[in-house]
Amino acid sequence: MYMALATRTDRRPSIARTVWDSSVGKKTVMAVSGVIMLLYLVAHMIGNLKIYFGAGEFNAYGHWLRTVGEPFMHYEWTLWLIRVVLVVAVVAHAVSAYQLSRRDIRARPSKYVHKKPRASYATRTMRWGGIILGLFIVWHVLDLTTGTVHPGGFQEGHPYQNVVDTFSTWYGNVIYIVAMLALGLHIRHGFWSAAQTLGVGSRTRDRALKTVAGVLALLLTAGFIAVPVGVMTGVVS
Amino acid sequence: MTSYTDYSTGEPVVDTKAPSGPVNERWDKRRFEAKLVNPANRRKHTVIVVGTGLAGGSAGATLAEQGYHVVQFCYQDSPRRAHSIAAQGGINAAKNYRNDGDSIHRLFYDTVKGGDFRARESNVHRLAQISVEIIDQCVAQGVPFAREYGGLLDTRSFGGVQVSRTFYARGQTGQQLLLGAYQALSRQIAAGNVEMHPRTEMLDLIVIDGRARGIVARDLITGTIDTYFADAVVLASGGYGNVFYLSTNAMNSNATAIWRAHRRGAHFANPCFTQIHPTCIPRTGDHQSKLTLMSESLRNDGRIWVPKAKGDDRPANRIPEDERDYYLERIYPSFGNLVPRDIASRAAKNVCDEGRGVGPGGQGVYLDFADAIKRMGRKPVEAKYGNLFDMYQRITDEDPYEVPMRIYPAVHYTMGGLWVDYDLQTTVPGLFAIGEANFSDHGANRLGASALMQGLADGYFVLPATINDYLARNPHHEAVTAEHPVVQDVLAETEDRLSLLLAVDGDRTPDSFHRELGELMWEFCGMARTDAGLRKALERIPQIREEFWRRIKVPGTGEEFNQSLEKANRMVDYLELAELMCLDALHRAESCGGHFREESQTPDGEAARRDDEFAYAAAWEFTGTGEAPTLHREDLVFEYVHPTQRSYA
Amino acid sequence: MKLTLRVWRQQNADADGAMSTYEVDGISSDMSFLEMLDTLNEELILRGEDPVAFDHDCREGICGACSLVINGDAHGPERTTTCQLHMRSFKDGDTIDVEPWRASAFPVIKDLVVDRTAFDRIIQAGGYITAPTGAAPEAHATPVPKPDADLAFEHAECIGCGACVAACPNGAAMLFTSAKVNHLNVLPQGAPERETRVLDMVAQMDEEGFGGCTLAGECATACPKGIPLVSITSMNKEWLRATRKVAKQR
Repeated sequence: MYMALATRTDRRPSIARTVWDSSVGKKTVMAVSGVIMLLYLVAHMIGNLKIYFGAGEFNAYGHWLRTVGEPFMHYEWTLWLIRVVLVVAVVAHAVSAYQLSRRDIRARPSKYVHKKPRASYATRTMRWGGIILGLFIVWHVLDLTTGTVHPGGFQEGHPYQNVVDTFSTWYGNVIYIVAMLALGLHIRHGFWSAAQTLGVGSRTRDRALKTVAGVLALLLTAGFIAVPVGVMTGVVS
Repeated sequence: MTSYTDYSTGEPVVDTKAPSGPVNERWDKRRFEAKLVNPANRRKHTVIVVGTGLAGGSAGATLAEQGYHVVQFCYQDSPRRAHSIAAQGGINAAKNYRNDGDSIHRLFYDTVKGGDFRARESNVHRLAQISVEIIDQCVAQGVPFAREYGGLLDTRSFGGVQVSRTFYARGQTGQQLLLGAYQALSRQIAAGNVEMHPRTEMLDLIVIDGRARGIVARDLITGTIDTYFADAVVLASGGYGNVFYLSTNAMNSNATAIWRAHRRGAHFANPCFTQIHPTCIPRTGDHQSKLTLMSESLRNDGRIWVPKAKGDDRPANRIPEDERDYYLERIYPSFGNLVPRDIASRAAKNVCDEGRGVGPGGQGVYLDFADAIKRMGRKPVEAKYGNLFDMYQRITDEDPYEVPMRIYPAVHYTMGGLWVDYDLQTTVPGLFAIGEANFSDHGANRLGASALMQGLADGYFVLPATINDYLARNPHHEAVTAEHPVVQDVLAETEDRLSLLLAVDGDRTPDSFHRELGELMWEFCGMARTDAGLRKALERIPQIREEFWRRIKVPGTGEEFNQSLEKANRMVDYLELAELMCLDALHRAESCGGHFREESQTPDGEAARRDDEFAYAAAWEFTGTGEAPTLHREDLVFEYVHPTQRSYA
Repeated sequence: MKLTLRVWRQQNADADGAMSTYEVDGISSDMSFLEMLDTLNEELILRGEDPVAFDHDCREGICGACSLVINGDAHGPERTTTCQLHMRSFKDGDTIDVEPWRASAFPVIKDLVVDRTAFDRIIQAGGYITAPTGAAPEAHATPVPKPDADLAFEHAECIGCGACVAACPNGAAMLFTSAKVNHLNVLPQGAPERETRVLDMVAQMDEEGFGGCTLAGECATACPKGIPLVSITSMNKEWLRATRKVAKQR
């Protein structure tokens, strides 16, 4: 009962502690890491579309990614920097999500007997969608970055061929397309939600934010799915 | 045994502790003369506060801020739910922000006159003085009063006055003021200065060596009955309108705290002074559990009427203008729809008695906004009254923007209560009563928006000053313990009462008795009272009481959460209080304010006061259940506002 | 009307609960939902059974005591409090499920009655403006722009009923907390404690075991007073601002 009193002192925990210990703070971590990943995805999607301009351009793009920032940066330094940031973002996003979900489930242990369909599809699928995306990222890295689970012979430095190989298998297409649909739903709610968490939402901006979220979700999903579709239809081969 | 109507007369009350001298200097004088408790010693004093409404919440917070150790109780699950929260219209204050001729003296004058010259001048003047501080206090707490575009506070006018001095927060003024007090109290709870006991109901008062030293209370969750001790006890438990069963009070508002205090020696003053509010939503049937008030502020823009012809059952919109009787505007041209509550209520009853009432059973009059909507447009009306209109529509399924509202009077407030002196102390030393629980400021009729003012004046400003004096003069050194024989007796009495209620195992529910008593009271001790009717009620009440103890059925046990037991126990007290109300109404053979005796009216049907005989407050002393009480008169002296027949014509 | 009620019955906090079925007859459409339950309880008492315990008090929709989940909706199908819900919202022959608020921070006391003192402790943590009695300046000393006053009022309307928590899939108290934070933080009087208020209230909210916000929006849909979802956004903004500001002051 006197917890309240104890907190009203001038000695407050560090900013990092405050953020990490608070449900609102953890949501902020999710929002910021989410926005970082989203920015990356936009770039990634645009890059992917180069596959339609042939192996040469696509492979050159892949090579360029490793040389960005030279001569200031050494070969692949920038890429590794991005990778580190991304890994931190993914881990922060996932750990926060996991901890917040556990808190949420603990806060509502017994369900109502009278069940009703609740909230929008995207809201309800955030958790499952997140898990699907997490698994997808692992597969995606093992498939096209390290080549560990790549179908056929993975060729370092020939991303064009590697992509075509992956999407020449039925399961490659299924996994990828399902994941991208999950991504769309995740972004649709996540982008708007992040805006609310970061306090940039408002009554007047709400419609605009929802529209931007929807458009982003649609563009990213469509942009990414264009690649396997290209392979399947033979436009890319 | 003597009949209950043969009451005896005791010593008159001579000293109310109000200082002498000019009325506007009395409060300062009293504050200066009051002894103070050394701040370092305050922590050693425990004060019990029962109730967390406007009076109790503000008192608890303020006493704790002063350094006292406060132990506070409420039957609700949270102090924020006290029924002050339901007050809609506003709070009066003599700020004169409108420059419309208002002043402390005018608020004082209006309140004494509005109370039909049955209130104590010293108290009322103090109330008017403090009113201005209340607004400052509440604004500082963040109470979101309505404001104008310039950022300053808005006001509106209310019944019984011709100035605009009512501050408001849409139709939720009580809620906002209560939350302000609740938040101040919460701050003190967090600081450890207030020990809060929610869901705990006071069941008796502990008086040791003639002083209030504690209470017996029941934990409503576990059923445990416990004793709590203090150096002073403050009752802020509200009014007793629920005696009538149907009222605008909250379902669980009850009279137990004040009635038990009365049984332990606190005199009960003017119990028959009950206010019937003119603008409530009419009842729909026997299932009705409570009545809902529509703020009096609606009378600012709404026009009240009934058809001119008896039994005219055409829908309101089909009745042409010249066949409508805007009876308040007709009878009282200068105040019109803004006459005081008692007058508006009685006028509604009269037209309904004439057979011109509207709605089911002819128990209603129209409150019409058609003209207001025509004049101001729908939007402004919506901004001003939107939430009230919504509430009306939800309850009645009728759209007040399209068809006139139907309203009917209902029991709303009780001006009577525990007798208190100028210090708000009852006749039991160390027992204080504040807010609606006391009788002090409203006389025979309370003006609109004055209840909030009185509750907060008592709690924030008056009690914290006067209780100091009592505690300074009575520094109790010996602590009371649970082993004290008096404590043991009171505790045993309480336990026996509850056990008995559980043991009867009869065939009638607490609610069935409550409804029966309520109907009896409404018929004979409601808007119009007669000698014969009151005698009939006084004959009937002991019979109901006898039947109650024979046929009551309370399921479950006392050692658990048991809402039926709570209700039945409150009924025990209603069944005694109702009797005193009727006796008081019978003995006061005059009409004044909310108390209308048919035998005492002017030729044109207005209340006729009889100042020569009844210019006093009646303080009743308890002598035993069913025994005739003893009357102590406190003569009312009017030095500043000379009694005249009230005229609102 | 004749109705079938399925009501959650639970003897006390430690007992297991279950739904019990009751038939009620002769229900008028003008009755409020609670008056319908009164009717059932009168019958139960006369039959020698334990009446259904439920919280209620003002029955005017303002005290915030009533708290029933009716057919899966906090306060039932209309956007109002349970006490202001009328039987005209139901049809003859309907089966109605009545359950208590569900959240681990709101443990059941008996039947449909839950313990909501966690809300009080959130307010105690900072949901006030420090203005001891007597210390107030003249009310007109600080004008408050009308839009701010209106915004404060809109949030101050919260009745603390807990429907937001009951409706939230995560049992979160964000809407309740944000309503108070916004009410006080938007006013000039609330400015001196603006940062500590939001930080302490949010910390207490977490401490009480309420869930986090996933912006499902169920709270705002259930709120009988129409506190908007954007209230939560504003509180998040206040919280972030406070975190930065307090960090700077270290």
